[in-house]
Amino acid sequence: MAQPPKNVEQLVGHLFRIEAGKMAAVLTRLLGTEHFDTAEDIVQDTLLKAMESWRMRGIPDNPSAWMYKVAHNKAIDWIRTEQRKTKSVLNDQRDAEVTSDPFSGAEAVFAEEEIQDSVLRMMFACCHPSIPVESQVALTLKTLGGLSVAEIGHAFLTTEETIAKRIYRAKEKIKEQKIKLDPPSVFELPQRLNSLLRVLYLLFNEGYHSSSGDVLIREDLCAEAMRLTYLLVNHSATNLPKVNALMALMCLQSSRFEARTSVSGEIILLENQDRNKWNQMLIQKGLWFLEKASTSPTLNEYLVEASIASVHALAKRFEDTSWDKLIALYDVLLEMKPSPVVSLNRAIAIGYALSPEQGIKELQKIVKLEANSHYYVALGNFYLKLYNYDAALTSFQNALAKTFHTPERELIEQKIILSKQSGLPNGTDFPTAL
Amino acid sequence: MEKFMLIFHGGSDVAPEMKSPEAMQNHMQKWFAWIEKLQKEGRYESGEALLPHGKFVSGPNKLVTDGPFAESKELVGGYFIVLAKDLDDAVKLTHDYPDFIFNGKVQVRPVQKIDM
Repeated sequence: MAQPPKNVEQLVGHLFRIEAGKMAAVLTRLLGTEHFDTAEDIVQDTLLKAMESWRMRGIPDNPSAWMYKVAHNKAIDWIRTEQRKTKSVLNDQRDAEVTSDPFSGAEAVFAEEEIQDSVLRMMFACCHPSIPVESQVALTLKTLGGLSVAEIGHAFLTTEETIAKRIYRAKEKIKEQKIKLDPPSVFELPQRLNSLLRVLYLLFNEGYHSSSGDVLIREDLCAEAMRLTYLLVNHSATNLPKVNALMALMCLQSSRFEARTSVSGEIILLENQDRNKWNQMLIQKGLWFLEKASTSPTLNEYLVEASIASVHALAKRFEDTSWDKLIALYDVLLEMKPSPVVSLNRAIAIGYALSPEQGIKELQKIVKLEANSHYYVALGNFYLKLYNYDAALTSFQNALAKTFHTPERELIEQKIILSKQSGLPNGTDFPTAL
Repeated sequence: MEKFMLIFHGGSDVAPEMKSPEAMQNHMQKWFAWIEKLQKEGRYESGEALLPHGKFVSGPNKLVTDGPFAESKELVGGYFIVLAKDLDDAVKLTHDYPDFIFNGKVQVRPVQKIDM
């Protein structure tokens, strides 16, 4: 008689998704990147088998081990079938001996300590510099994040077809360039790591700076980016200051998740956030990674951005924010990564550190932000502070015309009402929330 | 209470939605919730899942042939033994069967008792 199934709660959060990523890495390492699709099929079959069996028999004591055993057997079956094909064509004894090697190889790659290693290699392969960046992101989410094409499309506000094409392109590149699952050499590492960190950064940002409404999926993207970055931090070869800087940035930013939206889904700005809701554990972790990151002899953008996030995290109240420090950090960031958005944030910091007039002056210097709603909101906010309601109204109306993001529109509409009523003296600010 | 066998045909194994690991896991949780409910009500006796492959043995010569026995949408994926007052009651127990949305079917059969 079958044992009664165990409690629903006993299954870890995203077990299937996470194990799918690990198994894909292990199998691709075993079968070779040219059999990428086979590895994916085996993963899919394994998960199906787990679902079909567990749903009636309950979850086994060690669910991950159960899956690896199934995947391992399926992989061996596949190799045997392939060998038979090769044998019948070549009928060469020596050749058969050579190809029988993968069996011992299988035991090795399925060993506990090798699994993380495979995942890391897979990350490097998915983010290989020869693959277009958007394809890197899609492939990483698909293979390592265990997300379906539909789910990725949903997260990036695009169609399944677009994502499928991006993934296809990535796989073609891997075949074309014969990208292997070998760890990058010492010489290659900096460049390969940069490419990988960039993907993780984009992944996190996509989740953090929401451009679509679906909060759950977006938080998943952030969590996925953090999980993968954490793997890098935990590996001796990749536990480098720059990696720690990115980890710090992610921890510090995500510490504000809870406080960023109201129960009904409205955006709450940095100034109005209940700082008691900030996740202190994540802040502490962030600061700890930041300290490790600061051993870097050279500056990098993640370090500067994490430092900026730490300035906010360390301010007990909005009024206590160290704006001078922020201006200095934005100056550095601007030099490393000249971008109108960085200029925008710098101008806002100046507006708080010095005066609203100074803020407006700095904002007006920025070009190429004509299509950015945040820019006009920042402008409008400073006009509000100066009781210049007409200019504020024009700015907010401009802002409203630039965004389709519902929570953001609601916020701007409130500002418009404020401006028309000749406002409250202390206008709320936007987008000081980084 | 009498014993009934719920035999599951087709369902989630053929659904395109099952391309996502997350969806698979969520779907499995629905099964757990269903079984848990049956257990709490004292209705669940046992259950097993079946693999898709197998053999047929038939005739006086015990002829062995290979599966699959039917199209995958008809394939028996598993069974439960449940307790119910009567057939109608047993049918009610299937209402939370999670695979209806994937066109799964449940066959409800009373288990024969030996009357002494």
